Amino acid sequence: MTAMCDVAFLLLTFFMLTSNFTSQEPVLVATPSSISEIKIPETNIARILVDPGGKIFYSLDGQENRIGLLKKMGEKYNITFTDQECKEFSTINSFGVPISLMKNYLALKPDQRELKDNLIGIPADSTDNQLRFWIGFSRQVNSKIVIAIKADQSTPYPVVKKVFSTLQDLKENRFNLITALEQNPLERTAKN
Amino acid sequence: MAEINTDSGGKKKHSKKVKRKKLSTRVDLTPMVDLGFLLITFFMLATTLIKPQTMEISMPSKDKVPEEEQTKVKSSKAMTIVLAGSDSIYYYFGTRENDIDPQLMTTDYSSEGIRQVLINKNAPILVKVNELRQKRDNHQMTEDEYKKQLSDLKADTDAPVAVIKATENATYKNMVDILDEMNICHIGKYAIVDITGFDRELINHRK
Repeated sequence: MTAMCDVAFLLLTFFMLTSNFTSQEPVLVATPSSISEIKIPETNIARILVDPGGKIFYSLDGQENRIGLLKKMGEKYNITFTDQECKEFSTINSFGVPISLMKNYLALKPDQRELKDNLIGIPADSTDNQLRFWIGFSRQVNSKIVIAIKADQSTPYPVVKKVFSTLQDLKENRFNLITALEQNPLERTAKN
Repeated sequence: MAEINTDSGGKKKHSKKVKRKKLSTRVDLTPMVDLGFLLITFFMLATTLIKPQTMEISMPSKDKVPEEEQTKVKSSKAMTIVLAGSDSIYYYFGTRENDIDPQLMTTDYSSEGIRQVLINKNAPILVKVNELRQKRDNHQMTEDEYKKQLSDLKADTDAPVAVIKATENATYKNMVDILDEMNICHIGKYAIVDITGFDRELINHRK
């Protein structure tokens, strides 16, 4: 009995220490698979999420960074965010609203933010490319960020291209595409 | 099951008369273990142990490069891959020479499709890659050395250059698949480029 108890608590400690919780994403995305085995870093990451319909969501890690980012965005678009709103923003993992609706979005309760009506996506068209500023200011807030794109398999290519060219405009020519793992068919046949 | 022995209190009154019964110091651990396992289950379900994989890509810079600094690609080494809708691929080698259009061919994403084309195109390099891999597997070479030599091979001047162009009908999966094929077939030089009028013309001709 004591032994089992020991094991149970040992495991418990292990899981508690190694765990990082699954971060809630606003939309469900099925990533394509690739043979690449490079792991994504856990910190200093800016994630661009693209859903099958082409809506763009963005997330930056680090609460301090998020507050800095929102303030810079506010300055750019002449919107002043209160401390309360900044604090609220720092707790949100991924968001996808135009900056003009950000105040309303922050006033919502967390469960209301998940509603379909509030998942609008960040505008990234050439006329109003807010994604560009989100990423640009993220780089200013935290120079070490790695940019990763997580898009759904069935996302039409023009949407992805829009994101790619936004990044190219910012001279962010190296970035990551998040994929699921798949075995290399050539190495597999070579080994068998 | 989850009860702690509490009957010691009642007997205390008589303890002066009766010889004190030696009480067990053991505590019932079952509830604690229950709680322990409950928490383990919670943490196991709430955590992600698998980190997602990523594919690193470098896009060409949008800055204008002067004509004389541009690297010219031998047309015999160039291969253009056009990702079209409904999971089909058009490809051609070289470019228009002496007013003769390159022959446009079509294929798909299966292992017999585009991969076979790429393997044929990249055959000399792949032979060397296989030699390298065998050396590594026989422990004649360290992993770092293998990676270094592999990247040298890929940067070879005789290596084929793939130009990837996607139409509006292609999906993100198509793009990732083709980039993946580049890695599988060890094609080191590839670029994602906007589709040109020439490519559209070729495809329309074929249709």
